[in-house]
Amino acid sequence: MTRYEDRDYKDIPGTIVFDLQTCIKGYELNKFCDTLNQEDARQAFLKDEEEYMSRFPKLTEEMKDGIRRRDLNGLLDMGGNIYYLWKIAATLGLVMQQAGAMMNEPPITHAEFQQMMINGGRPIEGNRSIKENKERSNG
Amino acid sequence: MAKIIGGIGTSHIPTIMHVFDTHTNTGPYWEPFNEGIKPLRKWMKEKKPDVCIIVYNDHGSNFSLKNVIPFGIGLANEYLPADEGYGRRPVPTFQGHPELSCHLAEHFNEKEFDVAMSFELDVDHGFSVPASILFGEDCQEWPCKFIPLYVGVVQYPQPKGNRCYNLGRAIREAVDSFPEDITVAIVGTGGLSHQLQGPRAGLINQEYDKKWLDGLINDPETTKDISLTELIRETGSEGAEAIMWLTMRGALNKNVKTIYRFNHTPVSNTNYTTVILENE
Repeated sequence: MTRYEDRDYKDIPGTIVFDLQTCIKGYELNKFCDTLNQEDARQAFLKDEEEYMSRFPKLTEEMKDGIRRRDLNGLLDMGGNIYYLWKIAATLGLVMQQAGAMMNEPPITHAEFQQMMINGGRPIEGNRSIKENKERSNG
Repeated sequence: MAKIIGGIGTSHIPTIMHVFDTHTNTGPYWEPFNEGIKPLRKWMKEKKPDVCIIVYNDHGSNFSLKNVIPFGIGLANEYLPADEGYGRRPVPTFQGHPELSCHLAEHFNEKEFDVAMSFELDVDHGFSVPASILFGEDCQEWPCKFIPLYVGVVQYPQPKGNRCYNLGRAIREAVDSFPEDITVAIVGTGGLSHQLQGPRAGLINQEYDKKWLDGLINDPETTKDISLTELIRETGSEGAEAIMWLTMRGALNKNVKTIYRFNHTPVSNTNYTTVILENE
């Protein structure tokens, strides 16, 4: 198989493909998120986030800090899977487009993200390929 | 003998579950979607399938990353809506059809498909949103039995499109050889273009979706071989769920009639798309 860093999907901008390497990296984070599928866990998280996180000694300090700061892009970089990170968002009562606005670079408002979707979504042009974008800007 | 009477494709957006369950799918934002799904409900009312096989993915609700499976089938008497972070949906329990499930599972084995067998399975929005779209958000009792057919699209490597398509063919053979006189509809769910994660969240590519759906209908033998990288690149990281529509398509004849086709952007972050196909 091609080395991970040489995979063709690494050329897709703003996208982390949840491959085996990513899963191994983020395993404890995603496992933590998975616990929020239970009501008593969600209540415990909402009541005292620090106490709840302390129950998971394998969560790294960096992961905990990402959770504290609601830094979704940072958590994705640490191997978080969007479906699992979504459990935190669901617990906090966020809607999908709020999360989308937070992950935009730079972050935009919820209303701006909603409007972008109403206008037809983020366009594929300019968002297809890192290589293509570089070639264009060198153009 | 059992018979497949049609295939349906539909996106399975979680926002739909929230608005259905709180009766807030009203106003100009939801109007095109509400209108657009009416023909699906009409088709279901007219055709009255005895069983719906719903090809779906779980979103970290019933399954976890502890053990990752490429394909799975439910063999239970009933399936509860999963708690995926919001509590269980207030929809009726889904009744299963364990006899047909067992027949499918044994046929998969004959065909050398390794499909995990779940005797207890909670189904999340990937499964229950299509059911509500097809039978109504106020459905008090589901009018048919269900079989959940799970495809692992969370973890890469995912099953390839070709394999999803061939699994559909195996489903067709199994249904055709099931001795009971029942009718079966097969529903492929997920997609089409959407991306939930990261700085590219909100990506929509309607042009590609249209071309892909044309291909699925008229030339599935080519469409099944589109790489996952191309699907992710063109339709978003979650747009790649479209491979589950290939399983639906694989269960139909080479030539199909398009009974209905509809798309609308946006429903949440997605190019909501649906299609009804019947064998020619």
